Amino acid sequence: MTIYSTLFYLLAVLILASTAIAVTRRNMVHAVIYLVISFFGSALLFYLFGAPLLAALEVIIYAGAIMILFLFIVMMLRMEGLEDRLFPLKQWLPAVGVCFVYGMVLVMLIVSDTTDAPPMPAAAAAPATFGQFLFQRHWLAIEIVSMLLLIALVGVLRLGRDAGGKTRPESEVAQ
Amino acid sequence: MADLFDGIKAIGTGFSTTFRHLFRRPITEEYPEYKRVLPERSRARIILTRNPDGGERCVACYLCSAVCPVSCISMQSAERPDGHRYARWFRINFGRCIYCGLCEEACPTSAIQLTPDFENCRQDILSLVFEKEDLLVDHCGKDPEYNFYRHAGVATPDGGKGEHIGEDAPVNIKSNLP
Amino acid sequence: MSNWIAGFIVLMVKIAVVLGALLLSAAYLVWAERKLLGRLQVRLGPNRAGKFGLLQPIADALKMLCKEDIVPSAADRVIFLLAPAVVALTALLMFAVVPFGPPIVLWGREVPQVVSDINVALLYVFALSTLGVYGVALGGWASNSKFALLGGIRGAAQMISYELALGLSLIPVVMMAGSFSLVDIVNAQAEMPYIVFQPVAFAIFVIAAMAESKRIPFDLPEAENELGAGFHTEYSGMRFGLFFIGEYVHMQVLGALTAVFFLGGWRGPLLPGPIWLFIKIILVALIMIWIRGTLPRLRYDQLMALGWKVLIPASLVNILLTGAFLLV
Repeated sequence: MTIYSTLFYLLAVLILASTAIAVTRRNMVHAVIYLVISFFGSALLFYLFGAPLLAALEVIIYAGAIMILFLFIVMMLRMEGLEDRLFPLKQWLPAVGVCFVYGMVLVMLIVSDTTDAPPMPAAAAAPATFGQFLFQRHWLAIEIVSMLLLIALVGVLRLGRDAGGKTRPESEVAQ
Repeated sequence: MADLFDGIKAIGTGFSTTFRHLFRRPITEEYPEYKRVLPERSRARIILTRNPDGGERCVACYLCSAVCPVSCISMQSAERPDGHRYARWFRINFGRCIYCGLCEEACPTSAIQLTPDFENCRQDILSLVFEKEDLLVDHCGKDPEYNFYRHAGVATPDGGKGEHIGEDAPVNIKSNLP
Repeated sequence: MSNWIAGFIVLMVKIAVVLGALLLSAAYLVWAERKLLGRLQVRLGPNRAGKFGLLQPIADALKMLCKEDIVPSAADRVIFLLAPAVVALTALLMFAVVPFGPPIVLWGREVPQVVSDINVALLYVFALSTLGVYGVALGGWASNSKFALLGGIRGAAQMISYELALGLSLIPVVMMAGSFSLVDIVNAQAEMPYIVFQPVAFAIFVIAAMAESKRIPFDLPEAENELGAGFHTEYSGMRFGLFFIGEYVHMQVLGALTAVFFLGGWRGPLLPGPIWLFIKIILVALIMIWIRGTLPRLRYDQLMALGWKVLIPASLVNILLTGAFLLV
């Protein structure tokens, strides 16, 4: 076993374990922290595969921005009432459905033959090449996604104004 | 636009002020080397003063002890053969004293007084308990003339009741004639 | 194999030198700040320990190490103990990508004067800077105290708001240099430092950097007169010291980044690279101290308005203008 495969299995165990702990925690802040550890592990995995750009983006966007927002909300809300509640069946069903889809994808990935294909050629590229590829080849998709984000932003702004009765500073809404 | 200019000017003034402060002489008084003379009436270490004729002023009336918010003053009263009261022992626990000065205000004889001497720290907290001999001084403090028994309306070797300074003759309490 | 070992030794030596220099200068930055702040306020500043108070940082460190390490009984113990380490660690790690000189030749090997030159160095800096928020937010939350929680929440909100402006202000620099690597960015400024072309980006970066390192006038997470000490209210001893070290290392790192992105990094006439970088870091730090000695703390809504309504639109416009100029 080479040093890389050793590192890979260590990271895989770390990611799986921390994700499993994250979804079973009752304390929301602990769950968020384990999820951050899991994101951190995946970032290291990307780095191990020779994709430092993806690793950095993973940490900045997922661990840095999204999970901080989660943590922010969780810290502000008091979750004591939820401590011993079991989730109703209505919420379990979509979760099981998503798990099934992911399981299928996993099986397909394991079964398919990947010995010859180089792992993630786009991800391993330098930042400049990656950016050119993304913005020259897939510019339409990027524009659609950014339009979607803009619509979401405007929607949130509108909701925030309506809910408050009177206008509130954008800073709060943008949070 | 005018607001912007005003804002920049205001910030610039602030920065130039602090920058000029860099070259001013600091106003700090460096304490152990330079000791500022405190005002006479500033409140620190407590003393027990004496009469102009050298006798103890304290008559052990317990008023200071009663008024003390932290109960740091304690004493035992006694009486001399000539009728003068005095404190057999008098104790102030400076570990508890908050130097509020209420004892000085309560004292009818100007015996207990606060002095500007504030350098009163000890390593051993028990050495902060001062006995009467530590507290007594050989001067009159802030009130050089006052002698309680010359105003008290009590008979003393200097004269009977009503014969001291500023005293009226005793009222005949058995009669209601003016 | 011997090549590998030599590389490893060189790397270790570089890490040791950088960490040692960072921590030592963090200690003396505290001294300089207290001394200069004193003079700005017509005071003397520390002058008891040693000549000019020069031994004060050592005395402070000894005091902190000897103090009792108190964990509040209602605190979340593990997170409470780890949070200061996160703050100090992320600040220290950030310096790994800052180049402090041109490559030198030692015993026939070319040794670059940077701990690690990765092609996504700028993103690495941002990743660590976002992770630093966790130390503040979790430290505040784990203390289980109202003051600390409020400080932690304020810290999280403030730092994510200003992270955006910080990142956006650097995009023109990346556009001009054409690379994320700090070594390349410094090399691109061989003729002219970027502050000449990007004064707006420079101003936005410095303001956002001060907000990022929670310094006055942006010290709302630890606002003494409303929150006790904010997110580190419950910390004592060397754990408080770690927060403190983190803050001052962060200040140096941001000074170094300002130097790298706008002031030409280690480049300068006559003197060797590391000394120029050091001079520039100290210059930025002194200006930060001057600002601290002058400006009062912002109100919370002013802070958010400055971040979202002034800095982010200004940096977006700046990106647009830079793009237009680069195209022409």
